[in-house]
Amino acid sequence: MKNKYSIFSLIKNAFSYHENWEKAWKDPEPKKEYDAVIVGGGGHGLATAYYLAKKHNMKNIAVVEKGWIGGGNTGRNTTIIRSNYLWDASAGLYDHALKIWEGLSQELNYNVMFSQRGVMNLAHNLQDVRDLKRRTHANRLNGIDAVYLNTKEVKKFCPIINTSQNIRYPVLGGTLQRRAGTARHDAVAWGYARGADEMGVDIIQNCEVKGIKRNGDTVEGIETTKGFIKTKKIGVVAAGHSSVIANMAGLKLPLESKPLQALVSEPVKPIIDTVVMSNAVHAYVSQSDKGELVIGAGTDDYVSYSQKGSHDIVEGTLNAILELYPIFSRMRMLRQWGGIVDICPDASPIISKTSIKGLYFNCGWGTGGFKATPGSGDLFAHTIANDEPHKLNAAFNINRFVSGDLVDEHGAAAVAH
Amino acid sequence: MFLINCPFCGEREQSEFKAGGEAHIVRPKQPTELSDDEWAEYLFMRKNIKGIQFERWNHVHGCRKWFNMVRDTSNDQIKAVYKMGEKPPVK
Repeated sequence: MKNKYSIFSLIKNAFSYHENWEKAWKDPEPKKEYDAVIVGGGGHGLATAYYLAKKHNMKNIAVVEKGWIGGGNTGRNTTIIRSNYLWDASAGLYDHALKIWEGLSQELNYNVMFSQRGVMNLAHNLQDVRDLKRRTHANRLNGIDAVYLNTKEVKKFCPIINTSQNIRYPVLGGTLQRRAGTARHDAVAWGYARGADEMGVDIIQNCEVKGIKRNGDTVEGIETTKGFIKTKKIGVVAAGHSSVIANMAGLKLPLESKPLQALVSEPVKPIIDTVVMSNAVHAYVSQSDKGELVIGAGTDDYVSYSQKGSHDIVEGTLNAILELYPIFSRMRMLRQWGGIVDICPDASPIISKTSIKGLYFNCGWGTGGFKATPGSGDLFAHTIANDEPHKLNAAFNINRFVSGDLVDEHGAAAVAH
Repeated sequence: MFLINCPFCGEREQSEFKAGGEAHIVRPKQPTELSDDEWAEYLFMRKNIKGIQFERWNHVHGCRKWFNMVRDTSNDQIKAVYKMGEKPPVK
């Protein structure tokens, strides 16, 4: 049993200069066999392991991670959490996640710094206004909080926005989801890792999957850089590298992996106390607790695994940011980076069984997977444990690309993908 | 960001081009006879290779012509560029 984090443990450890904190998770070598192996130690993978152990009583499981946990897209996203999606299936999925977020710090005994500071989406043309109003109505019908704001109300909610009607893409209105916000991305991975580890899950880092062993249409185990691991169930949560793992099993996925960039500025005093996203001009901005502006750019349009994107994408985003927020014109950017996102043709994820027995995929989250981390893990764990999808992820099966029953969130969600 | 040697215009910045996805996906000759699985394969399934990939590009802010490219997607190095209809270079 791990020691609970509390004010008392903080005081106790202060006396020993914080040098004797218990390790949050072990660093074990892989066993020969597990009941299930999760490939990918990001937020989604660790959450999957956590819920497999907690809700489905599968304790003999492992998470294998090529690098270090949370070192991929979990540590590269802009930490935005919201559930204001248009279609019923998406609304169900993302709001399920948002509801778990609301109690996650308490559940994990780990402060994920979930901050419901609201997410505002701007409209810049007449079609945006119509789409955003339609989405607001759709959200409300699904029990998701959403309000439509006119230009004045946008300005009131976030005073630093330039609402002049003489700019190239004037602000005509916006939507606001007050329950939405941000969380500390690393803490999510670490919190789930600590929780899973406590229940006996082996978290194996620096362990790259090299092959998937099949016997006919059934999986037998995985070849890794730390040897062969026998297992009957493999849950792949490899984000940008999902297609690479799928190829090892002889599967093809409807994914394209592309670089998505983000950047942060030098830290400044509190200036923006919410998250503002703009679909049409592709500029997302919020402020971290350290004071850095966190800015999300768009994807490049070519397939790449290089974890770096093009400068013109960043330039386009910063042009838009500066027009909307002239006050940022003399800010300096500290860091810029790219992550590789796996994009589905309908911009919705896949949480599904496959044609191979015992092989499950959780992928295709594209540019917006972070917000779904707890819900994704919960539903994927359900799918793996029962060999059947939960009703909330049934629509996100891989067969929708054959049946044509797509969940088309391209442009229908609050952002352009 | 990288430079692309357009087979018609010469070397230009990548921002002048638009990526058109995986190359050499042949449009079905008898669309009416295709099964749902075959349609899914044609429309949606992609190799999405980490490594040497054959793809189509369009010089959209230049000559606006389509051409093919062989690129290593793990480091964005371009291995070859060739015109539409030409045989892909052997590795």
